[in-house]
Amino acid sequence: MSLRVDENVSAVAQPDFAPPSSNDPANQSNVLHVTPDKPVVVIKPTKAWAAIDFRELWAHRELLYFLVWRDVKVRYKQTLLGVAWVIVQPLFTALIFTIFFGILARVPSEGIPYTVFAFAGLLPWIFFSNAVAQSSNSLVGSAHLITKVYFPRIIIPAAAVAAGLLDFAISFVVLGALMVYYGVSLTWGFLAIPALLLLLTLFAAGVGMWLSAMNVKYRDVRHLLPFVLQVWMFASPVIYPPTFVPEKWRWILSLNPMTGIIDGFRAAIFGEKPFDRLSLALSVLMTVVILVSGAFAFKRMEKSFADVV
Amino acid sequence: MKPIIKVENISKQYRLGASRQSYGTLRDALAGAFRAPLRRRGGRAAHETIWALKDVGFEIVPGEVVGIIGRNGAGKSTLLKILSRITEPTSGRAELYGRTASLLEVGTGFHPELTGRENMFLNAAILGMPRTEIERKFDEIVAFAEIEKFLDTPVKHYSSGMYVRLAFAVAAHLEPEILIVDEVLAVGDTAFQKKCLGKMHGVTQQGRTVLFVSHSMAAIKSLCGRAMLLDEGRITCEGDVNTVVDSYLMAGSEMAQTGIIPDKAPRFGTGEVRVRRVELLDLNGAPLSQVYFGQPFRVTLTLEVSEDVEDAVVALGISSLEGTRILSTYNTDGGRPPAKLTAGLIKIAVELEITLFPRNYALDVLICHQTGADIDVLSSVLRFEALGVAETGEDHYRWGTAHGYVRPDGRWLAAEVAEEDLTASDAAA
Repeated sequence: MSLRVDENVSAVAQPDFAPPSSNDPANQSNVLHVTPDKPVVVIKPTKAWAAIDFRELWAHRELLYFLVWRDVKVRYKQTLLGVAWVIVQPLFTALIFTIFFGILARVPSEGIPYTVFAFAGLLPWIFFSNAVAQSSNSLVGSAHLITKVYFPRIIIPAAAVAAGLLDFAISFVVLGALMVYYGVSLTWGFLAIPALLLLLTLFAAGVGMWLSAMNVKYRDVRHLLPFVLQVWMFASPVIYPPTFVPEKWRWILSLNPMTGIIDGFRAAIFGEKPFDRLSLALSVLMTVVILVSGAFAFKRMEKSFADVV
Repeated sequence: MKPIIKVENISKQYRLGASRQSYGTLRDALAGAFRAPLRRRGGRAAHETIWALKDVGFEIVPGEVVGIIGRNGAGKSTLLKILSRITEPTSGRAELYGRTASLLEVGTGFHPELTGRENMFLNAAILGMPRTEIERKFDEIVAFAEIEKFLDTPVKHYSSGMYVRLAFAVAAHLEPEILIVDEVLAVGDTAFQKKCLGKMHGVTQQGRTVLFVSHSMAAIKSLCGRAMLLDEGRITCEGDVNTVVDSYLMAGSEMAQTGIIPDKAPRFGTGEVRVRRVELLDLNGAPLSQVYFGQPFRVTLTLEVSEDVEDAVVALGISSLEGTRILSTYNTDGGRPPAKLTAGLIKIAVELEITLFPRNYALDVLICHQTGADIDVLSSVLRFEALGVAETGEDHYRWGTAHGYVRPDGRWLAAEVAEEDLTASDAAA
């Protein structure tokens, strides 16, 4: 039976050319390849804990670029408003917050028009929450890649975080427009923004690494995350200034790395008050801890991704 | 010559059912951690595991094109995945002395919303082709794929043929030193398959080392010089492609003829009794693969009984190749008691006197308890052909097509009827 089947296949797929001669010893003199002394790749079971191979990551930088580019390209395809969504989301949130917290609840805003105040807090927050949400689902969403091609898996959550940077840049322009409208002027503190953005991105990447790797094995993450992000927003000074919290409880707020970052953004944008160095230092410390531990945890869980996802 | 691929004792173990249980919940993990101290005392919870690959080793020299063949589940894909670094081996080591690209699927990472042009770049990056290289080969790839007109159309609007052509065109232009290819030629139309094989052949002529998995023995024979046969995670045969392919094909047909049932045949049931062999014989005990029209035949089942069964119901079914059950016969038919099976190897037989219309048929076997609980259920274990010619040559089936499956021994009677009888019965009704 099987013989007959295979004859059919050959009738269909038999190519028109002569059988290959690549295995003839005579032909092997044309071989272009010169076998190096050391293997290019060694495949063996890895140790439980390993550091990230930065050289390999660098070799795959184009893939990172293309994945980010894909995410950006695809995100607003087949939508009516397109890229306008980038602006609509924070703008409307800021307006709603202005009505409820600024006007009705009279939350103080450090002497800045509340809409601008809230928008300046929402920019880093929305970037963070989108980055974390996108990256934590990124590995599961890329199962088809993980099971078919090799590349450092860390590129996937990293690309999801990086893709949010464009949105951040666009909404920054909107912030500028709002500042002009409300007559808020720029200060030299503005120069600190790239550093703050780097800190924010690294923090989001650290959290994203942890959650994306956990999500491969425990799909609970997906259900837990929206809730956690919501609570986290209210535990961060997005809609209120840190001074809104009574002095003796403020240290708890500072333990949240987003406090130092969001507060830092406001200080940089408005220049009305000095940077809160203590909470910024705490944010930097926490970011380093989460980023490094996340990288190791990711590496450790990485090897089972293809079998589990 | 120094090998470019060196594989030493690679093994890969999977937990059975891992695909289903894999994403356990956090709660399970916490509960597991909590119970762990208790469990350790009683020995580790025994997860049933399976070795997808066991101690596989080989060497390939530069420029060789090696085919990997074997049945489904033999470990071919696992081997390719390990060599592509998608999954890690459980033990063992492999060394690759060259840049490697693997093609386990065409169009990996294609995004339906992106255009053909955009997907070309994305796919190339995923396959590890530098951007400068894809830019250089752009026109060549587009020409190969024959999709010039649709370059700026999102691929979700592509026909499946166009999609495959584009995907393969990108992959075919990779220039690694080692190329690992899984069954990717099974897609696309015949003309394009030929083109792909031609391109692959070109690749091998350039002295590239290729590892190639395919179910198409024709493709394997035409592309590869050497082949390896994998069975149950081990290399069982290796060498010249023709020898290996032939031994693979022989093994396949031998099994189908003898009716010897492999351990991993698709079956279900509790398994105290397992059917080891099914034979089709004539009434003198000579094996048959064809049954003459109306010829009585005997089916014997060799059973391995590992636990006594008091109430065994044994059934034999005959089905069409499309899977329609035509008839079933039970050892309990006619009110007979179920069988007592005692541990050991035993042989039971059933003789059937039925006239099957000329077709191909398959035998199904079922063993269960009288309660209906399945012990061993196998379908299509042995195929046979019923002929339209009788053994004696007198009782032919004369029609070109078979109307139905079974010819019963109908007794046809005739009598004269008077016209009045018809009308009388009408009136009575």
